[in-house]
Amino acid sequence: MEGLLDKKFNSGGVIITKVDDVINWARLSSIWPMGFGIACCAIEMMSTFTSAYDLDRFGIMARASPRQSDLMIIAGTVTFKMADRLRRLYEQMAEPRYVISMGSCSNCGGPYWQHGYHVVKGVDKIIPVDVYVPGCPPRPEALIGGIIKLQEKIRKETLMNTPLLDKLVGQSTLTSN
Amino acid sequence: MTFEEIQQLLQSEFNNLTLEVSNQESQAQINVPAQSMIEIIGFLKSNKSTFFDLLSCITGIDNGKEAGNIDIIYHLYSIPFEHALIIKTSIQRGTPPEHPPSIDSISAIYQSANWHEREIFDFFGVIFNHHPDLRRILLPNDWQGYPLRKDYKEQEYYRGIKVDNNFTSETNN
Amino acid sequence: MQNNAVQYIYNPENLDQSDPLYTNINNLKSHEMVINIGPQHPSTHGVLRLEVVMDGEIVTNVIPHMGYLHRCFEKHAENLPYPQIIPFVDRLDYLAAMNSEHIYAMGVEKMLGISEEISTRTEYIRVLVAELNRLSSHFLGIGAYAMDMGSFTPFLWLMRDREHINRMLEWVSGARMLYNYIWIGGLYYDLPVGFEERCKEFTVYLKPKLTELKQLVVDNKIFINRTANIGVLPLDLAINSGVTGPMLRASGLRFDLRKVDAYSVYPKLDFDIPIGEGKMGQLGDCWDRTFVRIEECWQSIRIIEQCIEQLTNDHKRTRSFNPQASIPKKIRPPKVDFYFRGESPKGELGFFFRHNSNFDIPYRCKVRAPSFCNLSVLPAISKNIMLADLIAILGSIDIVMGEVDR
Repeated sequence: MEGLLDKKFNSGGVIITKVDDVINWARLSSIWPMGFGIACCAIEMMSTFTSAYDLDRFGIMARASPRQSDLMIIAGTVTFKMADRLRRLYEQMAEPRYVISMGSCSNCGGPYWQHGYHVVKGVDKIIPVDVYVPGCPPRPEALIGGIIKLQEKIRKETLMNTPLLDKLVGQSTLTSN
Repeated sequence: MTFEEIQQLLQSEFNNLTLEVSNQESQAQINVPAQSMIEIIGFLKSNKSTFFDLLSCITGIDNGKEAGNIDIIYHLYSIPFEHALIIKTSIQRGTPPEHPPSIDSISAIYQSANWHEREIFDFFGVIFNHHPDLRRILLPNDWQGYPLRKDYKEQEYYRGIKVDNNFTSETNN
Repeated sequence: MQNNAVQYIYNPENLDQSDPLYTNINNLKSHEMVINIGPQHPSTHGVLRLEVVMDGEIVTNVIPHMGYLHRCFEKHAENLPYPQIIPFVDRLDYLAAMNSEHIYAMGVEKMLGISEEISTRTEYIRVLVAELNRLSSHFLGIGAYAMDMGSFTPFLWLMRDREHINRMLEWVSGARMLYNYIWIGGLYYDLPVGFEERCKEFTVYLKPKLTELKQLVVDNKIFINRTANIGVLPLDLAINSGVTGPMLRASGLRFDLRKVDAYSVYPKLDFDIPIGEGKMGQLGDCWDRTFVRIEECWQSIRIIEQCIEQLTNDHKRTRSFNPQASIPKKIRPPKVDFYFRGESPKGELGFFFRHNSNFDIPYRCKVRAPSFCNLSVLPAISKNIMLADLIAILGSIDIVMGEVDR
């Protein structure tokens, strides 16, 4: 019986590809975010996760623990009191880890920019951010767009040539594509 | 019970006090001295004909340096009689944390006052005497200053992050 | 780009300094322990942190820590003109933005003395969108609660139905969640053409879904076992703690500000106030609170139907109707203290204004947040229970952290 993959790949189902591409394909198809929301954006994030927009299509399912997750979606206003906790959660996540800053508040302070004495004006002051999603709150489509942007970013990464590896080898002869 | 009746009742009960009434638009309020506030509120709650059983809200208002006082406003409501009353009292503004303003806590009368008073302590630095658990409620424990006081200056850095990050101040510096 | 660099200075002591434990660990007995839940825990409904003192599996004390979402509403309100505060009011209770806007706008109108000038059609539209939003808020409350109780399906179904409301309100106002639709003295815009019919279709669609929801949630054996007789809130404690809204009604008191204060067009509408009856356990338990919320959804549908009836007959769409007609050009309230309250899905939402200047900026604007007061009863009703029941009680309070922390 011939399956879909057999039809697609002849010669016994053997694919020749780069290790980077396989690993990146696997990683970007199963981004597991941490199921944690802060404010209004978290409700839109929940909408994105559930029936109408269904993030499962992208292989995305929320994990309750930072230890098991690849992605942290900062969905809401980050305050100074939250900053300590947020940083700790980020430290608890395993590498490679990514951060999506969802909504104006976590991008730059949003509407709380001027008089919000207790609001951190941009989550990038606490942790490095990979993708910024604008909006107050962003529509679910915008969050999906941000996740696709993150997938593009992961697709371009290479595990074969990390700065750490360079340091170990002591040279940087390997070139990335 | 109408507002006038409540006022007369209070006046007859506390006849050595001067109760100032400021009748503004529809919402009349009674100004009481801070020392006897707790007695009056306790009386209003326990009296059969007033029976203010719901404390809606406690508001603190800083009147600024010129006026030199802080208003504490209690919104009482009686569910069975469907009448409301606003009790207002003023205390010295003080300079927390060294010389904080202080007033008696009514959390023994109304449990809901507990968190409202903690909030006022957090925002204005008002010490509530005999409060069971007077800590900051919303701001971090090591935050400096009381943000809703009119002379509040934001602290410059918190955990190495610039607190006041306004565009104008950044270009000026 | 110095602005984008990470400025945070990490120090393990930071956590303890910004929000230390209330319990003194040195005074704990050998069989006691302190468990920290939150602020990122999925079942704390936002960024609430609970410090739980446990004796084995029994909870002996709960200390809520808030403020992780303190967004300085009251500071903003002291610096902005009245119309510009509305977007911040939206973000207080972000699940029920229309209700908050409605109450805020009515409060400012009453203070200005223009509440008589608002046309009846405007008020009916306001009540219509507010009740739609009340439905959507209760849906999320019930759905998330059912998820806490271990069933995932109600959450997915309710989010599906909620999406209908979101899209309808987006049609009205242009935003899915935070609308800025109800303005002081009017509305941003009239209802779009065809909205009444769509709304009617929606009520027809929703009724069987609500019956289904009742069977799925409150009639479910597992749900009953998890919630009946748990977290019983006696009426005297509820009133003394300032609890309002569905929580107070679940304890058996028929107290709804829509009836008591009879604001807006609510006196003209026919609806009931469901109260808890203690069908599955004691009066005022977690089951009653969920039951009251589901019954309130039915009442909201009744109100919506009557509003549509009015909006298509007596107060029909006309060419001359301008929802922005009575919006004041200059907002100059008298120098007063003014308190206005209304029934939001969580309870009594009140706004206290003090105005003493010749500008349109309030001197002080304080919010009486229902979630804040409702949450304050949590330590009192969660003594000597199991840890799993603590989650059941917390979920049944239906808090929104944006409103608790402001």
